[in-house]
This record gives sequence, C-alpha cells and structure tokens, in this order.
Amino acid sequence: MAAVQETVDRVRQIDVDQYRYGFETIIESEKAPKGLSEDTVRYISAKKNEPAWMLEWRLEAYRRWLTMEEPKWARVEYPKIDFQDIYYYSAPKPKKTIGSIDEIDPEILETYKKLGIPLREIEALEGVVRPEGERKIAVDAVFDSVSVATTFQKELKQAGVIFMPISEAIREHPELVKQYLGTVVPTSDNFYATLNSAVFSDGSFVYVPPGVRCPMELSTYFRINERNTGQFERTLIIADKGAYVSYLEGCTAPQRDENQLHAAVVELVTLDDAEIKYSTVQNWYPGNSEGKGGIYNFVTKRGDCRGDNSKISWTQVETGSAITWKYPSCILRGDNSRGEFYSIAISNGYQQVDSGTKMIHLGKNTTSRIISKGIAAGKSQNTYRGLVTAHRKATNARNFTACDSLLIGDQCGAHTVPYIEAKNASTLFEHEATTSKISEDVLFYCIQRGLSQEEAVGLVVNGFVKDVLQQLPMEFAVEAQKLISISLEGSVG
Amino acid sequence: MTALLEVKDLQVRVDDREILHGLTMTVNGGEVHAIMGPNGSGKSTLSHVIAGKPGYEVTGGEILFKGEDLLEMEPDERAAKGVFLAFQYPVEIPGVTTMNFLRTAVNAQRKARGEDEYLVPDFLRKVREVAASLNIPMDMLKRGVNVGFSGGEKKRNEVLQMALFQPSLCILDEMDSGLDIDALRVAADGVNALRSPDRAMVVITHYQRLLNYIVPDVVHVMSQGRVVKSGGKELALELEATGYAQYEEVAA
Ligand SMILES: Nc1ncnc2c1ncn2[C@@H]1O[C@H](COP(=O)(O)OP(=O)(O)OP(=O)(O)O)[C@@H](O)[C@H]1O
Ligand SMILES: [Mg+2]
Repeated sequence: MAAVQETVDRVRQIDVDQYRYGFETIIESEKAPKGLSEDTVRYISAKKNEPAWMLEWRLEAYRRWLTMEEPKWARVEYPKIDFQDIYYYSAPKPKKTIGSIDEIDPEILETYKKLGIPLREIEALEGVVRPEGERKIAVDAVFDSVSVATTFQKELKQAGVIFMPISEAIREHPELVKQYLGTVVPTSDNFYATLNSAVFSDGSFVYVPPGVRCPMELSTYFRINERNTGQFERTLIIADKGAYVSYLEGCTAPQRDENQLHAAVVELVTLDDAEIKYSTVQNWYPGNSEGKGGIYNFVTKRGDCRGDNSKISWTQVETGSAITWKYPSCILRGDNSRGEFYSIAISNGYQQVDSGTKMIHLGKNTTSRIISKGIAAGKSQNTYRGLVTAHRKATNARNFTACDSLLIGDQCGAHTVPYIEAKNASTLFEHEATTSKISEDVLFYCIQRGLSQEEAVGLVVNGFVKDVLQQLPMEFAVEAQKLISISLEGSVG
Repeated sequence: MTALLEVKDLQVRVDDREILHGLTMTVNGGEVHAIMGPNGSGKSTLSHVIAGKPGYEVTGGEILFKGEDLLEMEPDERAAKGVFLAFQYPVEIPGVTTMNFLRTAVNAQRKARGEDEYLVPDFLRKVREVAASLNIPMDMLKRGVNVGFSGGEKKRNEVLQMALFQPSLCILDEMDSGLDIDALRVAADGVNALRSPDRAMVVITHYQRLLNYIVPDVVHVMSQGRVVKSGGKELALELEATGYAQYEEVAA
C-alpha cells in the first residue's frame, strides 16, 4: 500500500504551482456592463456590428433561456452560479481595427508566445528546422471574447477554405452562417447552449468547399484572461461534399480564486463523403489544492453526419477545469456514416469530470466507436456518461464502446454510466468497461528500473491512454503526452 | 576491501508477521551466490527488501551496499547505484513499448548518476547487440512491456535489462522457472557474460540445474526466514539429493 499512500499524500499537496499557464496578462479591456439582460445581448451584437437577423437570433435565444433551468443530472456539485455576476463580454481594448498581426497588443502576442502558440507565421516557420513534410498549422487565437489573430489566411484562401472568426463570418458569409448555425445544436438545446446562443462573442468558423482536403491543420487557441468574465465561444465547422479537415482546439486560463464560466458550443456538419476530425486539448485552470477556483467547463459539442458516407471523429484530452460537463456527440444521419469518440479525461485534486458522448444512429449501416479512458487521482470524481441509440430505420447500426478507468489512490471515484437503446433488431452494440487501480507492483517494477515514482505513474498512465493518444495529430500527441504527465505531477510530487 | 553487499541480522515484517528473522549474508565483488530454500522461506522477500519494495517493515538489522546504508536510499536511487532485481514474476505494462521502457529507464538511471542521456542511435545499437546475444527478436521489443510474452520471454526480458543496465549487484529471482532448456542456456550465458570482478550476483533458484550453467561460489540454504547453512557449490548437489527436511528442523 505504501506507494499508493504516498501518491495520495502527494495529491494532497498539489498546488497551483503545478499549473503552468496560470499567469495573467495585464492589458486594458473593454467590457460589457456586468450581468445579463436584453441590453447585454444588444451590446454584444452591436460591438460585433452584426446584422439584424443575428441580433434577433440571439434575443430569441435569450428569451428562451429565461424560461430554462440548469441541468441537474450530471454527477457534479457546485454552488449556484449567479449569472448576473458575470461579465459577458470582454475584449482587449482595440487600437483601432486590427489590420495586421503587428497591430495586436504586444502583451497579447507575448501571452501566446508564453503559451507556445505561434501566431506569427514567419516565427512558426523559422527557428526550428522543420522535418520534411511536416504540416503547418493555421491558428485562430481567441483572447477572452475576441479573436485576435488568424494565421495563414492567404494559403487557406487559395485552397478555398474559409477559416475566420465567426464574428467576421457573420458579416462576410452570412448565407453560410445562416444556413448552418444552430442546425446541429438548436438555440433551445440546453441551458448552457441557449445561454451561449444569446451571448457568444467569438469563436471560429470553418468552411471547406466540396472536394477540398484542407491543406493544413486548423487550430483555435482559447484563452480566458479577464477576471469575472465568462467565455462563450461558438465554433461552426462545415465540410462540404467530399471535403476533409482536421481541427485542433486548445485552452488555458490564468489561475484565480473564483470560478469562471466557460460555456462553448461547437457545431460540426459533414455532407456526403466528407470528414471532420476534431481534437481538443482542454487545460483550463483546474483550481488549487483546496478545490478553490478553476473553470466551470459546460460545453455542448455536436457533429451532424448529414451526408452519406461521412465521418466525424472527436478526440479529446481533458486535463483541466474544476468541473467538466461535456459530451461531444455524433448524429449519424447519412447512410454509412461513422462517428468516433476518443477521450482521455484526467482528474486530480478536487476536479469533477462528467463527460462522454452520444452516438445517435439514424441512417442505415451507420457505425460508431467509443474509446474512453478516465484517470482519477486525488479527491476527484470522474464519470463517463454515454448514450448509444439506434433509430427504427437505422438498420445494421454498429457500435463498439470500451470504457476503461484507472484509479490512482483511494479517495477518488470513477463511474461509468452507459445508456443503450436499440429500436431495431439488426443493431449490434458492444460495450466493454473496466475499472482498475494503478498497480503497486507495476509501479515498483518501473521504479526498480530507475524511474522516479512520478515518472513511473506518467509512464503507466501514458500506456493506459495510448490507444487514444494515437488518434491525435502528431504535433498534438506529443504535447498531450507531456500534459498528461504534468497534470498528474501533483499526484505523486 | 568493503563487501559489495552486507546483510546483517535482517528482520523484516509484513502486515505484522515477521518473515525474516535475522538474516545474515555477505557478498563480495566478483562472487556469485546462490540462495536455495523451500517455498515460503523468504527468498523473494529478501530480494524485495534489498530492492526497496514498499510494504515491508525492517524491524532490525541493516543492509550495506558498497558500505553505504541501502535502507536509507529510495528504490530508484538504489537502481541508479547499481542494484538490479530480475523479478520472479515480471509485470506487464500495457501500452508502453519495451523499447520505450528500456530507454526511459536507462536514461533515468544515467540522469540520476549525473551522466548524459544515451543518444538514440547509440542506445539502439546497444539494445540490438544485447537482444541478439539473448536471442530476443527486435519485434518483441516493439510490444508492450511483457504484454503477451510467454513465461520464458518475460524472463529473458529481465536478463536483457540486466545486460543493458550493467548493474553492480544482480539479484535473479528464479530466472530459470519457465525457461526451456535452450532458453535457459542462452539466459545463463547472458548472465555469465556479465560476471566481472566488480559485479556480484545473487541467484535464487529451486533447481541445481541452473547452477550447472551459472556456477556459484557460495550456496546458501534459507529456511523460515534465515540462512541456515552456507557452503560451496557442492551444497546444491547435496540438497538435490536430500531435500530441505533437515534444515527445517534446524530453523524451527
Ligand atoms: N505481502 C505479504 N503479505 C503477507 N505475507 C507475505 C507477503 N509477502 C510474503 N509473505 C509471506 O512471506 C513468506 C515468504 O514469502 P516469499 O515470497 O519471500 O517466499 P519465497 O522463499 O520466495 O518462496 P517461493 O520459493 O515460493 O518463491 C511466505 O509465507 C509468504 O506467504
Ligand atoms: Mg519467491
């Protein structure tokens, strides 16, 4: 028991120093008045120079939201959120309109540099000698509520790919936005999604035209900086017929004593033969050793395989946030469409994770695959919640689910809550689940070979999550692997 | 000259039960010691305590390694200083390739000793060489550590690590169990190749046969938590003929 005990003891000592991204950037910002009202919604819409239809859309969502209640079914506990005590809009004070990257506040550029996010395309290319054939990554950086920079615009344009802040897309490509926004996650979908629909300030918009394979990885990097603000980003990605795009999302926030709300909505649409691969490395501030502070991450992510033979794949590495409430899902509408969900969710300290996916089989011969790896350490609670359903017409629907949980120490919890519904006889759903404790003997074996306790835990955990790590684009997998070790650092000192 | 390993009057408890009741043995550089003894006599316990496995309470006695107090050192520190234990039951580590494991371990030890990490090509060359000498196909090293390895393959993997780390104290806990005759010879050759004046081996085994290949300088008989008799290699032959009955009486 000794090594596990030690692990547990060290978990207790986990402190904010472990969180590397906890610094704050001092910049002037422009905020909406605190609290939420129709005026707030109008303020945000006006700030974004939105057309009237967009304002109407928001207001409708706002009115709807007033009638809704917070969901209670997740296995998470937190004090009641005062929605009037939040700033719904905060923007780095603009130095006029930003025309080129040089006009971005140097403090913000510095922030992204510290975070290791290359905003300058040139910088991204020089310095390191890149191996032959390594893909470039176009980055959209969202700072508090506003997109501050999108790189590689020109190259993407040549390929016909639209990758821009959604606020810009609303003005420049209203027909596309109107056609797709809210069609996967309707404004009335759930409490947080509805809230997001009313007050979202920015996020990314991607449209890949028919037959185009996006020439590089697209990436959005979200950073909450301002105190007391919520971040409500909205992402909409459309892969038209036969198109392919791989999209990466990363997030961090400064460490603060109070909790901050993050309620994003992500909508993905694939038309016939199209594919979207969406990867997230979520590392919002998780709170300190006493469970104080940290981000409430209440996110609605859903993909619609609208066309036949289309595919949507979610990969997530969740290490941050005080509370994670998140179920990236796939609606398998098109015949032969395929949905995938690969997840690594790590909780430590007092973190609470309730995450999973929904695979809704509507079309014929649709297939889905769920691989979930939950790792709980410290006093955290880690729940996998998943739904797999097959509609009456979804003949030959297939699902394979494997949920594995690993416990480190004996004060944490791992829970698996699968819901399975099959409304036709040709369905084949397979579900496997395991829960195990990190083995004392395995740790000792590693330590006898010279690894520290901490390295041993990192190695074993990275082995445990390997199937999922392999799904990440190379550039991200290495990052994620490091992040996994770092986020467990507190658990073994 | 200080002995490489000195175990003096070692008393060890597990869960309030005393398992080693005052065990003494001294191993000098260049020597090979064999420990034989009935099931449950405490052989693996001794090896675990030397390696620093948690869960054992040392209630008396001491262990010196090159004159230093071994019990004061963390287990990973002991490894870096050259204590190696080939486990009786090597564990599986799913998802971690053997190659990656070997490299991580070697570099962790080198780092702890203040040496530079192995360069990848140097490391690969070294692994290839050692693996070849032990008849271990490189493909096996791409698999998860011991995952799906046969009993014999697991044991060979232990010897591989030993050859790679070049420890100064090698404790081999029943490395012969599960090995077929050919594999036994190959593994024993691997061990013999490591014999050197500044290295010592403690070979735990139930079978005299292993000692035909790895010829010991000293044989200890362990019974009920003590060394009850020590002698030359002929003691092993004697045991083969007479069994442990007489020693159990001695210990009781
Ligand atoms: N963790 C433990 N808890 C309780 N008893 C233990 C524990 N570990 C060892 N023992 C007991 O200590 C005694 C010695 O065990 P040990 O494994 O050292 O024997 P051994 O000599 O290696 O036997 P074998 O030849 O079968 O491998 C046994 O009676 C065993 O049951
Ligand atoms: Mg034993």
